[in-house]
Amino acid sequence: MFIARMALPPPDPQFVLRGTGAAIHTLHFSCGSQEPAVPVLFSGSENGFIHVWNLKTHRVDTALDGHGRKSVYCVETMGGKDQLLSQGRDQRICLWDLAEGRTAVTDSVCTENVGFCRCSLLKVAQGRWLMAMAAKALEEPSCGSQPLLLAGYEDGSVVLWNMSMGKALSQLVCHQEPVMSLDFDSEKAKGISGSSEKVLSIWSLNEQQNLQVYKTHKLVNAGICDITIRPDKKILATGGWDHRIRIFGWKNLKPLAVLDYHTASVHAVSFSDHKIPSERLLAAGSKDHRISIWSIYTQT
Amino acid sequence: VCFIPGGLDCSISFISHVLGKVCVHGRQKEILSVLVPRLTDLTKSDCIWQRICWRLVECVPDRWMEAVVLGFVQRAPGADVLSRLLGNLVVKNKKAQFVVTQKMLLLQYGHTTAVLQNLLGYLALDSLRRALLIKVLKELLETWGSSSAVKHSPPEQQQYISKAILICLSHLKEPEIESCRQELLTSMMEGVKCHLDSNLPQIRRLGMIVAESISSKINTDGPVLKFQYEEDDEARELKSLLVQTPPFCVVPGPRDDDRNDKTDAALPGELESNKKSHPAAPVKPEEESDAELDSDDDLIPYDMSEDKELKTKAPVYIRDCIEVLTGSEDVDKWEATVKALESLVRKNPAATREVSVELAKIVLHLEEKTCIEGFVELRQRAQVAILTTDPIPVAKYLTSQFYSLNYSLRQRVDILDVLVLAAQELSYPKSHGKTKHSDAQKPCIQLLPGSDSSKDWRTIVDERIKNKTRRFAMGQSQVERASGPNEFNSVAGHFFFPLIQHFDRPLTTFDLLGEDHFVLGRLVHTLAILMYLAVNTMGVTAMGKALLEFVWALRFHTDSYVRQGLLSCISSVLLSVPAECLLEDVTEELLEAQSWLGDVVEKDPDGDCRRLALQNLLLMENLKKKLQTVPS
Repeated sequence: MFIARMALPPPDPQFVLRGTGAAIHTLHFSCGSQEPAVPVLFSGSENGFIHVWNLKTHRVDTALDGHGRKSVYCVETMGGKDQLLSQGRDQRICLWDLAEGRTAVTDSVCTENVGFCRCSLLKVAQGRWLMAMAAKALEEPSCGSQPLLLAGYEDGSVVLWNMSMGKALSQLVCHQEPVMSLDFDSEKAKGISGSSEKVLSIWSLNEQQNLQVYKTHKLVNAGICDITIRPDKKILATGGWDHRIRIFGWKNLKPLAVLDYHTASVHAVSFSDHKIPSERLLAAGSKDHRISIWSIYTQT
Repeated sequence: VCFIPGGLDCSISFISHVLGKVCVHGRQKEILSVLVPRLTDLTKSDCIWQRICWRLVECVPDRWMEAVVLGFVQRAPGADVLSRLLGNLVVKNKKAQFVVTQKMLLLQYGHTTAVLQNLLGYLALDSLRRALLIKVLKELLETWGSSSAVKHSPPEQQQYISKAILICLSHLKEPEIESCRQELLTSMMEGVKCHLDSNLPQIRRLGMIVAESISSKINTDGPVLKFQYEEDDEARELKSLLVQTPPFCVVPGPRDDDRNDKTDAALPGELESNKKSHPAAPVKPEEESDAELDSDDDLIPYDMSEDKELKTKAPVYIRDCIEVLTGSEDVDKWEATVKALESLVRKNPAATREVSVELAKIVLHLEEKTCIEGFVELRQRAQVAILTTDPIPVAKYLTSQFYSLNYSLRQRVDILDVLVLAAQELSYPKSHGKTKHSDAQKPCIQLLPGSDSSKDWRTIVDERIKNKTRRFAMGQSQVERASGPNEFNSVAGHFFFPLIQHFDRPLTTFDLLGEDHFVLGRLVHTLAILMYLAVNTMGVTAMGKALLEFVWALRFHTDSYVRQGLLSCISSVLLSVPAECLLEDVTEELLEAQSWLGDVVEKDPDGDCRRLALQNLLLMENLKKKLQTVPS
């Protein structure tokens, strides 16, 4: 029996974080740790600060100033929330030790790269991480398994690299404009990329390690800043230049919701890593200095 | 007529005489329609018959040579056949040379393209005759490049010469082009200048096509000249002349089809092989997605009806528009304002009237900041809207600017177009209040195609006016019109008289009677249209009188576009001014005009002018008859 249902209006944000004073470029949740640890959200802003938001009090717990007031465009945690990696427009990648209230930069790498490419972390073993970044000189890492790297380029192509051989395995031109963001689902060997044009491109990796276009989706307005797939691989979120966050189902890229809250470009979207599904959150950081937190499709 | 086959030593001069006499008496068609095919067959492979044929034509007395040669050139099915039939006649016989190289090319222009191909191909086929080909090309180029020829010779002749030039070019070989490269270049530069100076788009286009062709021939490496013009059948036909079909192609028609078939057959083959070589991106089979559909149905979409394209907001007040257009750095806002301006002006007439002249000034000087589609149209519509909302001050401003210093030709012509469109809007009764801006017509002035019946003068004049206006929107064509006061009545004079006042006063940068005859032509046409639209207004008689005096002053202008405009002015006067007023107040001017019209009909080189003059004379006749039948 088929029951016709009126579509509900999209939900409002659960809460909004204010106070960065600058456009937000990157977000990262760290909510997986047990009680009494507080779930936090890390945000990197254009004024060079990294804010650590307490998701219980909705206030900033700490502000980290390590990039000489140059824009921070990537933050990632390594393990828990005590080890943070941040990348800024001062051409540095910094490693922070945040345990027990410390706020110290323990190590840093100078990338000599003035671009916007975010670095990417891969856990190869307990305590061992591999980091890929766009830089002038590359050092050969030594690692047991064969890690693969997907990189999106300004010519609109996505390339699959074999890290140990240092060789490109497959290249796919999926956009006419530069690739702005991409995300990959290793279980389904499917990835998605967004660009400054009106098209989202979904591509797959077959057994021969070849990239192929699987599907494209035309958007209402051009320009995607960030794409992220939720850890349970059910939905994905995109943040766009048209100030809107769009939610799609990952299986078939079915449009599910358009969240229209921000008044400027949405630069970063991120899903939380809560262990309890009903607590999962989506964060979106925008040029309008606000971070909106949403609770959406948490029942599945 | 039967020929004695070889071996015998016979004299053919008698037959030549007969042939000549018959041709000169006008019986070319009859005799040559039998003779030429027969000779074509006979001379195909038989050298003796070729020699006999050559002797035949050589022996034709000079006084009949022209008729015979003309007949042969017209009848021969191809250049190679002509070559077989005539041999080197043009080299040996002075009269034949004159006919072929001078008379048929420069003095006559009624021959078809096929005849031209025959003639020039014939010259190209033999080394002795090729020198003549080059000589002919140089002479043709001289005529093509002469400014007086461009101004005074009929367009048909100019087209004929252009075709001849293109065919000559197609026959020339590399070494020959090398030897006369400099001359070709000089003639091309001179010629293209006079052609582009002309007001008639057809002449301009001819000039462009020929110049492009010459340039492509002399600059085989490196950049060639490229113009932008309308590509229609005529242009394509002309350009196709530049490429020669292979010399021994007997009948061009079927052979072309064969060649086309072969190329068509080649293409699908190529496409298929391409498909195989490139790894195509396969789409994942549909079956899988069907199976997965179930799990996705868990997620119920929210309402996304509000998700629309993002648009920058345009200002809502006229004064805000002025601010944005004059100073704003925000390009998105500027774009949005330009797009919204016309509708804002029309919706807020009172607010517009307060700042009308300032707004008109801004829009007149508006230059394209970013690439907006249809910018020129948007600007024109905005200007028309401003002018119709507050006609008198804005018309005063625009007409004064028309004669001011430091405006580009484009701006002056814009002023004229805007005046015409606004006048049209004002003079038509408003139905539903708004005109539908449906499909935009191409913004180009087209020459009227030849009209046949002189009785349809009203439709003809309407057509002419429609064609001469650069129109970007069509008004509603449905007839249901409510009646209302004629808004053009009170302002017609303000549109018309300032334009006609200062035409003979040259400024430093603008001389209507001198170089800027293009603008003069447009001005004259504009005045004709304004006159026509002023029908049923109070000042129409005064306008008619002034216009006829204007026409009288300019009647000997050398530019045919201007003369056509002057003749349209007379038509408008005859149509708009009521017959009684014409008879009472404008008699002298009418009589003068009539005598001029008679002159034009007989002596004007331009076909369109003659036709227009004839129509005007008929209009006058009809008016006279109408007045006579009305009981006074």
